Amino acid sequence: MLSTLMLSSAQAASVNQFDQWWLLIKDKAIAGDLNFWENLYKEIYQNVLFNNRWQNYLRGLGITLEVSFFAALFGLALGMLLAMMRLSGVKPLEKIAGIYIGVIRGTPMLLQVLIINFGLFGSIAIDRVIIGVIACGINSAAYVSEIIRSGILSVDKGQTEAGRSLGLSPWQTMRLIIFPQALKTALPALCNEFITLIKETSILAYIALTELTKAGDYIRSKTYSAFTPYIVSGILYLIVTGVLTHLLGKLERRLRQGDNR
Amino acid sequence: MITVNNLHKHFGELKVLNGIDQHISPGEKVVIIGPSGSGKSTFLRCLNLLEKPTGGQIFFEGTEITAPKADIDALRRRMGMVFQQFNLFPHLSVMDNITLAPITHKLLTKAQAQERAMELLNRVGLPEKANAFPKQLSGGQQQRIAIVRALAMNPDVMLFDEPTSALDPEMVGEVLEVMKALALDGMTMVVVTHEMGFAKEVGDRVLFMDAGVVLEEGTPSAIFENAQNPRTQDFLRKVL
Repeated sequence: MLSTLMLSSAQAASVNQFDQWWLLIKDKAIAGDLNFWENLYKEIYQNVLFNNRWQNYLRGLGITLEVSFFAALFGLALGMLLAMMRLSGVKPLEKIAGIYIGVIRGTPMLLQVLIINFGLFGSIAIDRVIIGVIACGINSAAYVSEIIRSGILSVDKGQTEAGRSLGLSPWQTMRLIIFPQALKTALPALCNEFITLIKETSILAYIALTELTKAGDYIRSKTYSAFTPYIVSGILYLIVTGVLTHLLGKLERRLRQGDNR
Repeated sequence: MITVNNLHKHFGELKVLNGIDQHISPGEKVVIIGPSGSGKSTFLRCLNLLEKPTGGQIFFEGTEITAPKADIDALRRRMGMVFQQFNLFPHLSVMDNITLAPITHKLLTKAQAQERAMELLNRVGLPEKANAFPKQLSGGQQQRIAIVRALAMNPDVMLFDEPTSALDPEMVGEVLEVMKALALDGMTMVVVTHEMGFAKEVGDRVLFMDAGVVLEEGTPSAIFENAQNPRTQDFLRKVL
C-alpha cells in the first residue's frame, strides 16, 4: 500500500511542503514505529492531501448539496400537493395521498432508492444525480406533506370563514390567507426536514452516486484507512448541518419576534 | 332583500334551528337577541351559508342561495360579515386586509382600492393605522378594521355576529359608534348581540330567539317594554 505513495521522479518535480513533511517520516512509517502525532499526519496526508484527494471530498459535498437542494424543492412541491389532496375533502384524493404517505413512511428509504434505481430506471441511461433527486424527493415529500398539513390545520378556522365571507373561492382563500400563515408556522420544521434530507442522501452511496459518503468510501478503498476518510466526510456533514442549524435558530427567533409586531 | 322560509339546521342529532321564517327589507336593521345556545349565531351564519342549512330556503335579492347551483362566492360579495373574533388576516397589513377582496375580485384597481380603503379608514377614525399589522391594534381597533374590510366590498347587507362580545368593556363603545353611523347611512343590517342598548337605539325590529325558533319579534319598544312571551320576559329580566 505504501508503495503507491512513493513519489515517482515525475511527481517529485511538484513536491510541496506537505510531501516534504511526509518524506521526513516515510521510513519510520514503513518500519511501523510512528508516534501519535506522526501517525495522525500520515493519515491526513494519505487521505486528504496526497494527490489532491481533498478535492474528492469537496466534489462529493457538492453533489450532496446539489441532490439535497433539488430533492428539497421537488419534495416541497410534491409535499404541498399531497397536503392539499389530504385536506381536499375529496375522498379518492385523500385516499391516494394517505396511501402514498403511509407507504413511503412505512418502508425503508434504502429500499425505495434501490427500487427506483434498479426497478424504475434500471434499463434507462440517466444521470445518477437525477435518480438521487427523484428518490430523495419522493421520500421527503411524504414527510413535508405532513408538516404542511399540520401547518394548515393550525390556522384558525375563523381565517377561512373570513376569507370565504368576502366571496373568495376555497382556492383563493387557501392561497392568499391560509397558506402564507401555515408556511410561517411550518417553516422551522421544514428547515429541519431539509437538514435531515442532507444526511439521508448518504444512502445514495448505495447506488454508486459519488456524494460525500461515497467520496469518503472511495478514498478508503485507495488508502485502506479504516477511520480517517469517513471522519473527514463526517466533519464536512457537521459543518453544513451546523451552519444550517445555526441559521435555523436565528430564523426561529426572528419568527417569534414577528409574532409580536 | 332576504327571505327565509322554514329554515332548519341540525348538527347530527342536535337540532339548532327548528323552522325560521323571516323577511328582511332593504335598509332594515334587525337585531337578534336570546340566550346562548338559542341558535341566533347559527341563523346569522346560515344567511351567507357559512353554515349549510339542513332544510328550508333562503332567498337573497331574488336568488335562492340554498339552491345547489347557486354561486355562493358571488352572493357573499354582496353580504359583509363581521365576526366576534374579528378574524383579521394577521400576515397582512391593515391596508392589505381591506383591499385583498376588492383587488382579488378585480372590482377595483390597487390604487382605487387603496383610495377607497383610506376613505373608509377615515370614517372609522383609523387612517393612521393603514400600515399597521392587526397584532399591533387593540380589540376595538381590530373590529373597526374588520367592519371596514367588509364594507370595502360595498355589500348590500352587513351581518354582525356578536361584534362586541370579545371586546374589553371600554372598547365596546367605539365599535357600536361605527355600527350606529353605518345604520344612519341606511345600510341593511342583521346584528346578533347582547348589547340591549344598541338593540333599542338602532333596531327597527328585534327578534327574540330560543331553542332554534323566533319566539317573539317586534319593535324595540314592543319587546323591551311590553314582551308577551314569559321566556322573553324572563330573559330580559336577567340581562337588563
